Amino acid sequence: MPTINVDKYALFEELGQQYTADSFQQLCFDFGIELDKDTEDDPARPKDQAPELAIEIPANRYDMLCFEGIAMHLNIFRGKHGTPKYRLLDIPESKMQSITVTKETAQVRPYVAGAILRNLKFTEATYNSFIGLQDKLHQNLARQRTLVSIGTHDLDTIQGPFTYEALSPKDIKFAPLNQTKEMDGEELMAFYNNDKHLGRFLHIIRDKPVYPVIFDANRVVCSLPPIINGNHSKITLNTTNVFIEITATDQTKLDIVCNIMVAMFSKYCEEQFTIEPVKIISDHNGTTRITPSLAVRTMDVELDYLNQSCGLNESPASISKLLSKMAYTTEPSEDPKLIRVAVPPTRADVLHACDVMEDVAIAYGFNNLPRSSPNKAATIGKPLMINKLSDIVRNECAMAGWVEVMPLILCSHEENFEWLNRVDDGTTAVKLANPKSVEYQVVRTSLLPGLLKTIRENKSVALPLKITETSDIALKDDTCERRARNERHWAAAFYGKTSGFEVVHGLLDRVLSMLRISFITHEEGLTGKSVDFEVKQNPSPSDGYFIEEINEPTFFHGRAAAIYLRLGGKVHRIGEFGVLHPTVLEKFDLKYPMSTLEVNLEIFL
Amino acid sequence: MAATDGAPRDLALEILAALSESSPILSAETFPKSTFTEIKAALDRLASREMTKYDTLEREEYTLEPEGEQIAANGSHEARVFEALRQAMDGLTVQEIEKAIGDKSIAKLGQSKAFKEKWISRTKEGKFKTATDAIKDVTREQVQTIKTTRTYPDAKVLAELKKRKLVKMQKVISFRIHKGPKFALEIAKEETDLIADMLVSGAWKTATFKPYNFKALGADQNAGALHPLNKVRAEFRQIFFEMGFEEMPTNKFVESGFWNFDALFVPQQHPARDLQDTFYISDPKAAGKPGPTSPDDKQDYEQYWENVRQVHENGKFGSIGYRYPWSPDESLRLVLRTHTTSISTAMLHKLAAKKGPDGLPPPARYFSIDRVFRNETVDATHLAEFHQVEGVIADYNLTLGGLMEFMDIFFGKMGITDLRYKPAYNPYTEPSMEIFSYHKGLDKLVEIGNSGMFRPEMLESMGLPKGMNVFGWGLSLERPTMIKYGISNIRELLGHKVDLNFIQRNPAVRLDKS
Repeated sequence: MPTINVDKYALFEELGQQYTADSFQQLCFDFGIELDKDTEDDPARPKDQAPELAIEIPANRYDMLCFEGIAMHLNIFRGKHGTPKYRLLDIPESKMQSITVTKETAQVRPYVAGAILRNLKFTEATYNSFIGLQDKLHQNLARQRTLVSIGTHDLDTIQGPFTYEALSPKDIKFAPLNQTKEMDGEELMAFYNNDKHLGRFLHIIRDKPVYPVIFDANRVVCSLPPIINGNHSKITLNTTNVFIEITATDQTKLDIVCNIMVAMFSKYCEEQFTIEPVKIISDHNGTTRITPSLAVRTMDVELDYLNQSCGLNESPASISKLLSKMAYTTEPSEDPKLIRVAVPPTRADVLHACDVMEDVAIAYGFNNLPRSSPNKAATIGKPLMINKLSDIVRNECAMAGWVEVMPLILCSHEENFEWLNRVDDGTTAVKLANPKSVEYQVVRTSLLPGLLKTIRENKSVALPLKITETSDIALKDDTCERRARNERHWAAAFYGKTSGFEVVHGLLDRVLSMLRISFITHEEGLTGKSVDFEVKQNPSPSDGYFIEEINEPTFFHGRAAAIYLRLGGKVHRIGEFGVLHPTVLEKFDLKYPMSTLEVNLEIFL
Repeated sequence: MAATDGAPRDLALEILAALSESSPILSAETFPKSTFTEIKAALDRLASREMTKYDTLEREEYTLEPEGEQIAANGSHEARVFEALRQAMDGLTVQEIEKAIGDKSIAKLGQSKAFKEKWISRTKEGKFKTATDAIKDVTREQVQTIKTTRTYPDAKVLAELKKRKLVKMQKVISFRIHKGPKFALEIAKEETDLIADMLVSGAWKTATFKPYNFKALGADQNAGALHPLNKVRAEFRQIFFEMGFEEMPTNKFVESGFWNFDALFVPQQHPARDLQDTFYISDPKAAGKPGPTSPDDKQDYEQYWENVRQVHENGKFGSIGYRYPWSPDESLRLVLRTHTTSISTAMLHKLAAKKGPDGLPPPARYFSIDRVFRNETVDATHLAEFHQVEGVIADYNLTLGGLMEFMDIFFGKMGITDLRYKPAYNPYTEPSMEIFSYHKGLDKLVEIGNSGMFRPEMLESMGLPKGMNVFGWGLSLERPTMIKYGISNIRELLGHKVDLNFIQRNPAVRLDKS
């Protein structure tokens, strides 16, 4: 959520009320913004500075990313005034300022919009807010200028009509903002390469064949979007006529940004809330139009839907009043079941009637809404079978004296493979593209790394350690839509002065017998008896499990076995157990012998 | 009374014998040779059987310093000098006195003291001789008295001798011993435990048992234990089952952008989809398009895909959409799920194909508690992995009042009451309500979860009917657990750095009992 810092005294002045900390907090809570900080009592605040409020704004309320927007919406919510009626100045098209777009811009940044604020008076505070809003929009909706970028200019220093072109970097030469030296596109890239602020935007156009550029009628470079404006048309505190040009790769967001910029600051124009439009001539892609649109969208919303969802029974007049607190204007629709809601151009977050419905609820007060029983229909609870099975295993282990642990699912490639003396053949592990640390390179394909690391981190606990985990691993699987699937495993590790091989073996026997799986020995006539053993005349090989010595590098030779399960005559290898190889112990920095066990539980479902 | 035949002397038995003759007795008188520890052990042994009782007496006792012992044995220094002179008829020089006594410092001290006492005098030749016929060696008598009685009637004398470092004082504890209610002359053998043999022999009837130390802890159990997070999870599952919820199959760590984001109406440029926040998968390369999960699955996935695309790109189902070019490739990028809501989405999509008695999808309640992944920078409250508790309720004509009422009941079962609801933003729920509860310790409202009604354009894309609303809510499993156990660092709760002792000693979780 974006956080906006506003001058506390100025805001209360604008609201026409001095709030206590609690009552302002409550206002924010009810409206759905969050008071994060109040520097009134902060000893670090310089004496000559007014205290600031840091206010968190919902991520889709681009119309509240500045002081003006917050003050306006709180005032509308408090019924102090209605939504301003924004108006385009009536200028014949022939006399309108224009931006002509060349088709080369399609290769880099195809869309542009413009607007002019006439006879505007900045104060230091409103000027800072004007710059601040551009920053916030760039950061949030514009995704760090990749989607939209804004340039603002002193119109009195330049002359229309303007053109929006895309030229080879070598062919663009100008002095960027706050610089005296002229440079071309390539030099500019080099100049700002290490700039803390601008450096991170260079990638947006750096490798493009052409760079976007806005010229005035005299070929003065107004800006090189999305990087920087020209110094020539620099806006200052004394600027009175502001030319705003906005370029974008996303037309919807371009219009939102354009509307918000002018709506927030047309307040300071001599003729409040008026905007001088700019004609965009862009025939090659069919976007010739007049900007800003400032279109008020109307929606016919079912009154029943609003009332029913909120659990209310309000009259159209009352709904209308509630909606006016949220910056809408309403009028009756031809159909009495509908209400015609006008969505102001600033409320770009309203996409559907449900957004209007939420605003009815906020205006009414979430905590004032009438309660009703949540139990409309009876439903039947049901556990997931694999979790039920896991719980049996987990509880049996705990009852047998083993301690359950919960290591992480992500681990390093080495922990999952090399350190266990296992080879990555590329068919098993899911690998991450953008981990912030080596600890998160792969999704584990075995529970062992987590168990070994847990023991490594518990050196001070008295031996022997007996730990267990029942959880998912993930495996690549091209037959699945997600090209991967989880598998529920159960693992245990014994760590002590002796290897604990038989202890781990015994845990396997215990848990499998609790799962009604019996042990099958290979000696003739010694078939194991399962819990529901029945004497049969000619018994086929019975279901159950058996183990067979294996020689795998994870384990010490002669002290490891694969676990096989025979179910319905079919034999599955379900896991293995053994004494870990001393080289594995060394990798995980373990000083004592250890035996581990790992079993795939899915087969027992 | 004393032990015979070389058997070890049993002081306890001796005490009993002495008491049978007279009670009370004083340990210092009756057993002067036994040490304090010996007597104390014997008395405690007897007292625990109530055979004797005792009071502790404290007194001051004087014993001789080495110099005092010497005086007691050989006489005071001055007396020794006098004696030496008495034996030498013609008097002695200083050197001769030293030689006779054999100790230079004693000779010197004795000579000066004897002179002061006028026992000796000096001759003209500078020799010393006796000045009287007989003397009384008072000091020697005093120390000898102290040596036998360990005190002296005159306190001034004691102080003087102590000052002269001839005697020292020490506090001595002794006992006055009485018969106890179970006084006897013999001590029955004490058993520490009731054992099987006693039951067989009947010895338990007569045996005396050593009293149990009820102030000590019992034996260590080396107990197995379940992980505290899983114990809290079990409580949550219990609550869900009580309220008629079905557990969702969350066995998919890897998700496509489609299920994790697009189907949830999270636009492709949303910050949550940044590399900074989400783990993307490099291998396998990309997901397949959504399709049937089993041969019986007859749902039209192509239509669903198309609906989702349209809702984002042009708007549909009453929504104007986000109006941006929607990328199928972006939708097929693989991610580690950032929430289990991806699973809820798949479940709701399946629900759309179900038919209740009225031909409409039946009301349903689903829940899950499982691991989710965020590409976070790890700190005390953030790990790249945590558990999400999630519930959804699909039903007809649900209201916000019902949602809040449900939350009150749900959290009430955990002992969390006085909930407040704050408007919030979430791409897939509208309205979205953050759930707050007043925290007494922090004296403020703290956020305990998120809730809301899923957006109609998300649900209708799946084919769910317009009248069906879906509540969804979620919270992390770690947060309430950390509050419950007073843990401030999440790494002490989840991951390999968790202390095994912490797991083992954690009490049962009773969320409803605060």
